[in-house]
Amino acid sequence: MLYSILTSGLAVGAVYALIGITYNIMYSTSRVMSFTAGQLGMLGGVLGSLFTLRLGIPWPIGLLLTLACCALVGIVTEFVAVRPVLKSLDQHLYVLSTLALALMIQQVTAIKWSTEPQPFPRLFEGMGQEVLDEKFWLPVVACAVVVVALELLFRRTLVGHAFLAVAEDNFAARALGLPERGLRVMSYALAGAIGALAGYAGGQLLLAFFANGPHLNFYGFIPVALGGLGNNRGAVIGGIVLGLFQQAANFVVGGIFASVAVFSLFIVVLLIAPQGLFGTASGRRV
Amino acid sequence: MSTASASAGGASAPHSRFRAALPYLGILALALVVPLVGNDYWTLIATRAAIYWVLVSGLNLIIGFAGQLAIGYVALLLVGAYTTSVLTSGNLGFTLPTLAAFGVAGCFGAVFGVVVGLPALRLRTFYFAITTLGFATIVTQIALAWQDVTGGGIGISGPEMPEPFDTRMGFHLLCVTAASLCTWMTLNVASSRFGRSLVAVRDADVAAEAVGISKPRLLVSIFLFAGAVAAIAGGLFASLQTYITPEAFSFDLSLLFFIAVLIGGRGSVIGPLIGTIVLTILPEIAAPLAAWSTFLYAALLLVIVLVIPGGIADLLDAASRRPLPAERVVAPDPAALAALMAGREAASSTPMVLTGVKLRFGGLKALDGVDLTVTPGEVHGLIGPNGSGKTTTLNVISGYYRPQEGSVAIAGRELLGDGPETRASRGIARTFQTPRIVGEETVLENVMIGGTALGRANLAEALLSLPRNRADEARLRADARLALRAVGLEGLDDAQAGRLQHSELRFMEIARALMIRPAFLLLDEPAAGLSVQEIERLGFLVSSLAGHGVGVLLVEHHADLIFDVCERITVLNLGRVLAAGTPAEIRSHKEVVSAYLGA
Repeated sequence: MLYSILTSGLAVGAVYALIGITYNIMYSTSRVMSFTAGQLGMLGGVLGSLFTLRLGIPWPIGLLLTLACCALVGIVTEFVAVRPVLKSLDQHLYVLSTLALALMIQQVTAIKWSTEPQPFPRLFEGMGQEVLDEKFWLPVVACAVVVVALELLFRRTLVGHAFLAVAEDNFAARALGLPERGLRVMSYALAGAIGALAGYAGGQLLLAFFANGPHLNFYGFIPVALGGLGNNRGAVIGGIVLGLFQQAANFVVGGIFASVAVFSLFIVVLLIAPQGLFGTASGRRV
Repeated sequence: MSTASASAGGASAPHSRFRAALPYLGILALALVVPLVGNDYWTLIATRAAIYWVLVSGLNLIIGFAGQLAIGYVALLLVGAYTTSVLTSGNLGFTLPTLAAFGVAGCFGAVFGVVVGLPALRLRTFYFAITTLGFATIVTQIALAWQDVTGGGIGISGPEMPEPFDTRMGFHLLCVTAASLCTWMTLNVASSRFGRSLVAVRDADVAAEAVGISKPRLLVSIFLFAGAVAAIAGGLFASLQTYITPEAFSFDLSLLFFIAVLIGGRGSVIGPLIGTIVLTILPEIAAPLAAWSTFLYAALLLVIVLVIPGGIADLLDAASRRPLPAERVVAPDPAALAALMAGREAASSTPMVLTGVKLRFGGLKALDGVDLTVTPGEVHGLIGPNGSGKTTTLNVISGYYRPQEGSVAIAGRELLGDGPETRASRGIARTFQTPRIVGEETVLENVMIGGTALGRANLAEALLSLPRNRADEARLRADARLALRAVGLEGLDDAQAGRLQHSELRFMEIARALMIRPAFLLLDEPAAGLSVQEIERLGFLVSSLAGHGVGVLLVEHHADLIFDVCERITVLNLGRVLAAGTPAEIRSHKEVVSAYLGA
């Protein structure tokens, strides 16, 4: 039992961590928390199943197509729901605009795809069984790949440095002549791809189900809230811890009370530490 | 703020009051006529709209007025529906009469409303939105899992209404009555100091604290009310459905409530009412599109946010587009000031004393042992280069910063332990470097916010418009008119504050600060952005305030104003007092001249 808690906990934890990173990437260039993060994860599963199971495209190409489609969704998000409300960030209109877009994505999926959970293709038939089944290690591998890739991007490339500069202080970055707008669009595309990868890697666990969006929104947000906004390392640690806690609670007290336990713990921790466990206090108000 | 201001303005004139009530009466008449002319189906829809409005009316105070984005309010509908159904079903081993069950559901909903709302007191917008969403999911899951009591997925019968409400017509009338009652109550709140405080918390939270509004206390009382009416709506909803399952409380419904408020417009009552009706009817007349209803709601939300963030209310609000008189002059009126200040209790002569105040931000010493005494009846200038700690000193006095060492005391009573919302009751008022105002409200309402700490009625009295609340309102309104005349903004009472010029906003902030007839007034660069003539009038106003016994602490860069009106001046540099004394002493102080004033 301990093994199943560990493997399934790590697996869902990795998916939550990836959605957390999706939130963070969008947040870092725009200061916007977008409700589309969970929908990107949902689309990753649905599109993956669509391309490979329904259309019969080999999965590596299907994966690339999925990532490309979700990157496009990310870009659309930036243009439709983020850019128009950026000038009045203090009114929090982005909460409404991104929620609206997220619901539209979800509803279109429900009608055009299916309202029932659909199967997700197996990718590497025969590699690992039971607790080492691919559905458990795929998300962990995906998460590790993303973390390493982001680390390389931010440390080794010029674009990565520019990205960090915008995240740190976008006025100063603009004053330096960095293409702040272009970087923001890129970050939304990147977030789209990462969200898609989360849903794709977790596809065999979560299935291709239109209603996964709100679920992922919530469970992907917890690591961000606990780890501190914009803190990817915090999101990964938070995601893994959340996954393990949730699966342990699942085994001990059963599904519904597990979600009650997760939710209560989340609220209590947030009320005690509103900035998150690894975050820093917000700026001055007066 | 169309409706709130319309109904508030109407208090003095019965004619305009009737005009403000007209749209509501029209909707009421429509609701009563539907069962007479339409078929049962349309009556059902009208009943449902009335029930939804009972919930939305409370939610409107949370979203539209207080600006807290509570998305998952269907959770409270569910709580109310299941509480009434379970209590009348006998699943618990006893059966309550329907009326008692509704009473219990109301109390239960009030408590639950606070539980759902609690995160709003500490968390940022998106966090709160997502926690309410989480609540909605959890509550549905519990209803599904707790089979012995709720019937699980199979469901449970709704409460049966006693006579005469057990017929379709009787039930419809009951729901319309409940909806009318809720409309009346929320209108009362909207035009009371509670409504203004909610909007102030939304648009100018820092200023709200300075005038003595305690955000937690205010929000909790609103959550109680909204939770209670939502649960009552839940009971009515269960009764209308006759049979409920957890699926009846889908997220779509939450969305309908939420979007109804936003379509209606912030800070309005009529807007969300129309929004609720439209959204209830929309899926019925667009039956082929039923599957797309969520999509339509969402698309509508997006369009509203991007195109008309003000909602329906903004479109209806013609008054705010009326042009303001051109060539306005700010002309302070000493007689009005005297009349206003005459209303205060005996002027105190105890000074406010700051001793050894030290404040560090990390390694930065923002204040490094500041001593300062502000005496009633005296204008005390606080000057110094940028970053010397002037505004920080004001913020320490106002309670926004808590210094590591030192004391701020009036008559031996320490101020520093208490939060900023306690300052108004200690007779301290202030203005801000950038005016912090509610742009959507009228000038008069903005100024009335300043007197919030003086109100005596509680929220229940405001809901029911009881005499004590009406007395509060009448006094605040009279004071605010006087304060506006005192600072020289006569004639702009009903203009939207957001349309005023920058310099006028500075005077409006002073008027707001005068509402409590302060013993101490802190002015943070009041002359910034004013014309020479306006600065002169400001100087005159500040001097006359001191003449009425107010202790003024004036942070300013205009040296002329400082030397004209101040009896004492303290010069700060790098968080320390560089010099203190009379204007003449400061002018000849060598270090001050070289560090700040220039030769």
